[in-house]
Amino acid sequence: MLNNSRPCQPQSAGFSFENTRRNAVLEGNLSELGYSSPKARKTGTTIAGIVFKDGVILGADTRATDDMVVADKNCMKIHYIAPNIYCCGAGVAADAEVTTQMMSSNVELHSLSTGRPPLVVTVTRQLKQMLFRYQGHIGSSLIVGGVDVTGAHLYSVYPHGSYDKLPFLTMGSGAGAAISIFEDRYRPNMELEEAKKLVRDAITAGIFCDLGSGSNVDLCVITQAGVQYLRSYDQPAQKGKKEGQYKYKPGTTAVLTKTVTPLPLDVVDESIQLMDTQ
Amino acid sequence: MAKTKELSNDTTIIAIEFDGGVVLGSDSRVSAGETVVNRVMNKLSLLHDKIYCALSGSAADAQTIAEMVNYQLDVHSIEVGEDPQVRSAASLVKNISYKYKEELSAHLIVAGWDKRGGGQVSVRDLNGLLSRQPFAVGGSGSAYVYGFVDAEYRKAMSKEDCQQFVVNTLSLAMSRDGSSGGVAYLVTIDEKGAEEKCILGNELPTFYDQ
Repeated sequence: MLNNSRPCQPQSAGFSFENTRRNAVLEGNLSELGYSSPKARKTGTTIAGIVFKDGVILGADTRATDDMVVADKNCMKIHYIAPNIYCCGAGVAADAEVTTQMMSSNVELHSLSTGRPPLVVTVTRQLKQMLFRYQGHIGSSLIVGGVDVTGAHLYSVYPHGSYDKLPFLTMGSGAGAAISIFEDRYRPNMELEEAKKLVRDAITAGIFCDLGSGSNVDLCVITQAGVQYLRSYDQPAQKGKKEGQYKYKPGTTAVLTKTVTPLPLDVVDESIQLMDTQ
Repeated sequence: MAKTKELSNDTTIIAIEFDGGVVLGSDSRVSAGETVVNRVMNKLSLLHDKIYCALSGSAADAQTIAEMVNYQLDVHSIEVGEDPQVRSAASLVKNISYKYKEELSAHLIVAGWDKRGGGQVSVRDLNGLLSRQPFAVGGSGSAYVYGFVDAEYRKAMSKEDCQQFVVNTLSLAMSRDGSSGGVAYLVTIDEKGAEEKCILGNELPTFYDQ
């Protein structure tokens, strides 16, 4: 019933080391040619979640980094798991993405099998059991939040397989900045607008005060009535407008001598490539 | 593949027997390196109605062991048709910890009440020897309070005295150990059942360092 790469074979215990030999050979071959194998891309991130009066709100920044270079300025870190359950992912980008996709498919099969809508605690349990089995080698830290028949719940799951159930949570490299906003202003049973503003402020703190986080704030509001996915809810780090003219007037520098040497060049081929400067 | 930093429950946990039951206590801090990721974690985990365990060491390992033993005890208690003994719970914890002792780094103190043995505290040493003790302390904060518990423990304390003893020990350890802090959780288990209590940071007793 549950997702498995080889569903017909019985699941063996412990971490599967099958691919390590292949990886070592690939690494050896690459280094002979002078290349090194690609490093896993981590999303330096700020993700946060809170429980408010009517449900949960999840928030995330949208920057994906490759060491010190921004690889994606507007990536989506809030992933769909079930109609009433969403998940924010931090850590290794690929691990977070694939883990949440596996959970999403497991949860749909489980829900069809039981005939009931999924529970947030089910997702958390499956996630943590899988991550524990891989002993921290799957580097995804996740915040799972949703509203089910038992109410609104928020869980955090760590790469080694531990979990916490709390009313407010932050994770990622910007967690320190974001949690300070929550610790100062969080109260139980907040109203929707106040809660949205609080999460927005927490993610913004991560965007400004953490190098690995940036670009826009995404929010996801989950209530009994439904889900509101607010992509690019806020864009705090917009490019500023230049205050004045920074060009020198022609004639500022005196010209002493002028020599013109024409070069015999012909235009062979002209091609235009657009750059995304937004 | 680099492993991410592990979450640890470097902590202070304590369990003590009295005539008719046990009292367990723990702090509430979970850290990842220098950051506190959860300041209100209840480290007293239910294994059965009248058997609890206190978690310390790696958060993931400890939570997983407690959950597995909870499941195994549920099955076992249905098979024998009555509430399980504390010895059974302790043995199940020991089986997992001993078999995987190279891979796991969690230390659990098991304590509870059953009708055959009354209140019992079970603890494993570093290599896996299971033994019953009148009281046990564990976690990184325990090192700071061995002197206090050795001096202050008396046989045949009442339930209220035991609770006060546990609260005092936790308070002292939390003030000296950087990895322990937050609030104090207490569980008192006797014939009637388990009673959970939480004592907030500012309600804990204070000692000399005022």
